[in-house]
Amino acid sequence: MRKFDTKVQHLKYKVLREVARLAWNDKLLDEVMNIPKMIVPGDTPTLRCCVYKERAIVEERIKLAMGGDKSNPNVIEVLDIACDECPVGGYVVTDSCRGCLAHRCEEVCPRNAITYDDNHVAHIDKTKCINCGKCANACQYSAIVNRVRPCERACKIKAISPTRETHAASIDNSKCIACGACVYQCPFGAIMDKSFILDAIDAIKKSKNNTEYKVFAVVAPSISSQFTYAKLGQVIAGLKELGFYTVVEAALGADMVADAESRELVEKGFLTSSCCPGFVSYIEKAFPAMLPYVSHNLSPMAAISKYIKEHESPCKVVFIGPCTAKKAEVQKEGVREYVDVALTFEELQALFDSRDIDITALQEDVLDNASYFGRIFARSGGLSDAVAQGIKEHGDTDFELKAVPCDGIEACRVALLKKSKNLLDGNFIEGMACTGGCIGGAGCLTHGEKNKAEVDKYGREAYEKSITDAIALLK
Amino acid sequence: MKISVCIGSSCHLKGSRQVVEKLQQLIRENGLGDKVELSGNFCLGRCQEGVCVTVDGEFHSLSPETVGEFFTNNVLAKA
Repeated sequence: MRKFDTKVQHLKYKVLREVARLAWNDKLLDEVMNIPKMIVPGDTPTLRCCVYKERAIVEERIKLAMGGDKSNPNVIEVLDIACDECPVGGYVVTDSCRGCLAHRCEEVCPRNAITYDDNHVAHIDKTKCINCGKCANACQYSAIVNRVRPCERACKIKAISPTRETHAASIDNSKCIACGACVYQCPFGAIMDKSFILDAIDAIKKSKNNTEYKVFAVVAPSISSQFTYAKLGQVIAGLKELGFYTVVEAALGADMVADAESRELVEKGFLTSSCCPGFVSYIEKAFPAMLPYVSHNLSPMAAISKYIKEHESPCKVVFIGPCTAKKAEVQKEGVREYVDVALTFEELQALFDSRDIDITALQEDVLDNASYFGRIFARSGGLSDAVAQGIKEHGDTDFELKAVPCDGIEACRVALLKKSKNLLDGNFIEGMACTGGCIGGAGCLTHGEKNKAEVDKYGREAYEKSITDAIALLK
Repeated sequence: MKISVCIGSSCHLKGSRQVVEKLQQLIRENGLGDKVELSGNFCLGRCQEGVCVTVDGEFHSLSPETVGEFFTNNVLAKA
């Protein structure tokens, strides 16, 4: 019955749920200021120094739940007052130092930053230290550790750092790819993704029960590893209970992408994938010279949403997935025409509970549009497998695919660096910003070892076994 | 003439792809490619009656087995 990995997620969820509950009942304006006291009752603090600070932070979370700071283009924001301003020590000697004779730490230090006191215990002179870490590697007692803020450790592209004045974390928007790694990793919940649940609620309400226009839910294939306390069919039933007209698999868009991208690859000879908005944003910001190599295909979400918009108008499309970067993608020109709102699984859980929908009590509905290959896009390596299949189905037997599946943004960086120096042994870079692929996304309720197996199992259950069959009518 | 076949989950599991393939084949065999436009849509809200098909907006309930009969009566006769 575990719904979330951490208490931070749970707190964020409670705020989203209460904001949504008021919005459904048209009471948001009148009663939103009651939420902090509802979530932090009494006068005994449980999270911070006092209940007033706790409530002040809840107020900040409410702002994020209602769309956040409109003047900040980034969908990821720091809640200054929630940031605990963790110490930024860098390399320090701990009390595990035994005052040995060897002094290996001193020997390897390139700046002579290590000195010893009367007990032979090592000390690092911070005015000289350049944080190279050689001393930590040299110490046989692991007595030297690197104290790094969890947010900085999470951000592999180094877009987050302490501000000089307040020491609170600050995001460099020119680098940030909105992957949400810091959101999930910050132990104080001081970094959050903006929520657009109010837009989703508004879209459902104004559809007047799908009579004014139809509201489509497009769900990412990683849903198969989520809501594990219920059956997938019950989640689908829950979505319809919420007021969605019907539910379509984003994986069908993935089938469309696999079909088109495998043709594009054969034609151009080299491509980088365009499915992951974090990866595409990383190329835009850190490797602009590589932009011509990015596949011209829409992402699976956008591809299937485009089809829906073109064939089912008037309608609105709400994407639900594991991804915070999708919230940025749906604001881009060329995508915003097709997808009206992007939500996370966390937010979907809050929406269910804001209407007191117990999905475990619902009768199972069905979800089946895509093929095995579209569905396995949710995990690292799946896209490469699907492109290989696409090439096979098209009969392009002369083309030898050399896929480079990059699991996480660090692997992406290595592959892009190699390609920019013409050292890459491969002709297709599958870039996934999150470790494990989409199943590692920051908007997932839970992250677990079994998630990859769940995605593969869900893939095998697909009625369609080939990409061509899945997209038979979508040309 | 516009034929739309539901490719939503429920109809898909009842064989909408087979229906589509048979229709494509029949359209080809009868040389109606210019006159008939075949497309897919998601859910007509009558999942119990699937596979749901509309011909110029008129509702029909099909299964892969009844495509031939449907084609003769509703497509060939009117095209």
